[in-house]
Amino acid sequence: MENNVFHLQYAMDTFYFLVCGALVMWMAAGFAMLEAGLVRSKNTTEILTKNVALFGISCIMYLVCGYAIMYGGNYFLSDIATVDVDSTLKSFAEREDGFTGGAIYSKPSDFFFQVVFVATAMSIVSGAVAERMKLWAFLAFAVVMTAFIYPMEGSWTWGGNAVFGMFTLKDLGFSDFAGSGIVHMAGAAAALAGVLLLGARKGKYGKKGEVNAIPGANLPLATLGTFILWMGWFGFNGGSVLKLGDIGNANSVAMVFLNTNAAAAGGSIAALITARLLFGKADLTMLLNGALAGLVAITAEPSTPSALQATLFGAIGGVLVVFSIVALDKLKIDDPVGAISVHGVCGLLGLLLVPITNTGSSFSGQLIGALTIFVWVFVTSLIVWAVLKAAIGIRVSEEEEYEGVDLAECGMEAYPEFTNKQ
Amino acid sequence: MKLVTAIIKPFKLDDVREALSDIGVQGITVTEVKGFGRQKGHTELYRGAEYVVDFLPKVKIEIAIGDGLLDQVVEAITKAANTGKIGDGKIFVTSLEQCIRIRTGETGEDAV
Repeated sequence: MENNVFHLQYAMDTFYFLVCGALVMWMAAGFAMLEAGLVRSKNTTEILTKNVALFGISCIMYLVCGYAIMYGGNYFLSDIATVDVDSTLKSFAEREDGFTGGAIYSKPSDFFFQVVFVATAMSIVSGAVAERMKLWAFLAFAVVMTAFIYPMEGSWTWGGNAVFGMFTLKDLGFSDFAGSGIVHMAGAAAALAGVLLLGARKGKYGKKGEVNAIPGANLPLATLGTFILWMGWFGFNGGSVLKLGDIGNANSVAMVFLNTNAAAAGGSIAALITARLLFGKADLTMLLNGALAGLVAITAEPSTPSALQATLFGAIGGVLVVFSIVALDKLKIDDPVGAISVHGVCGLLGLLLVPITNTGSSFSGQLIGALTIFVWVFVTSLIVWAVLKAAIGIRVSEEEEYEGVDLAECGMEAYPEFTNKQ
Repeated sequence: MKLVTAIIKPFKLDDVREALSDIGVQGITVTEVKGFGRQKGHTELYRGAEYVVDFLPKVKIEIAIGDGLLDQVVEAITKAANTGKIGDGKIFVTSLEQCIRIRTGETGEDAV
């Protein structure tokens, strides 16, 4: 009888993991729509191409070597399919705390859940470098990022390995529940390195230091993308509990869903009010960024805050993201979709908020962890971007940028007109 | 024959169309256009940065008519498109040398 219960718990936790992974996979659609909405129509096909291609590359490279680097195991996942039923049942019976003990689930489900996180980190980069980067340079970077840069920092954090044999982040009190730092800030660090070498879009900053607006082409798409991300985030954070199959963990999952939603709500309204006070108008794009900022801010620890705390943490993210976007523009760091502010600045905020509610972590541990992730991803990304710049160039020509990268890179418009030959 | 070209505010199009139908105009051609006159542009806001929209959306109407209908057409458009505010648009009248109906080959005032 007991074995049947273990079978069932294994099945339930595996199933929960897979469903959450599928929700996170859908976030790729959210990023694609958000970015397609916030660029100009002449760059739509290319940003969509990037979003789908980077997802494919992430899945392949993480399968080839990324997962092995991050969590051990074999390259090409060669041993992942086999399951030893008897020894699995034995580890169920032997684990501490019995039925409420640690999660045991299918290995392929773990890979599936992890791989969609890599793709999320990479999606963050595509928005920041939009409208001016060469497609193939971007995809080449995606290969290195998802095969090596992300798995390395992942192995030091979730993988539990020592950083180049020097120190172990977990022992220092570092905790990042679902990846405010490991996924979001890492993606933003890679994006920042790229943007610094790439430069701003033509016409974004005037000679006298004025900031020119380059309005996005399709705000309904950007709004849809934000809602898709908001929904996918329940899998992102909820799945990171890693277990559903006992009262304690099921309740924790429910709390994570609740807090994730509350933070997004707090972030959206805080950003809306901040934008209204700063600019005099209710800026929809800031509202969208605010919801995402709230989500990123709660991602480092969605299980321990109270519902009110989660709303407030999200709201802090929502206020911060508006000021961050304005500040980056003053520094002439051109980020068409606000990815560096949403994922980088609010990712750091999320990490630093963890010790307030999670007694198992410390401010110093969070700072050292954040610094480790940022320095590693930023420096290695800078090197890769620089090599790509020297080898094949990372920016399209001025004329191609003016014509739109859709025609230059894809030879196809997103919204073709005057082309009907019947 | 005359060609009347009117630039009007887009939301006045239905009123103008109705007024022209009432006086017996048989057909009009409408184009969405952008431009500026004394109204100039206006400023919009995106992510904290203001930008100037120099060219505002307008609707251009073209009507070919016989000489006899000209005064009525001009009056109908002027009345229907008027809001009293800046940016109501303009009417241009030019003389029309020839007009041909493609289906029948009719020419002149029979064809307008």
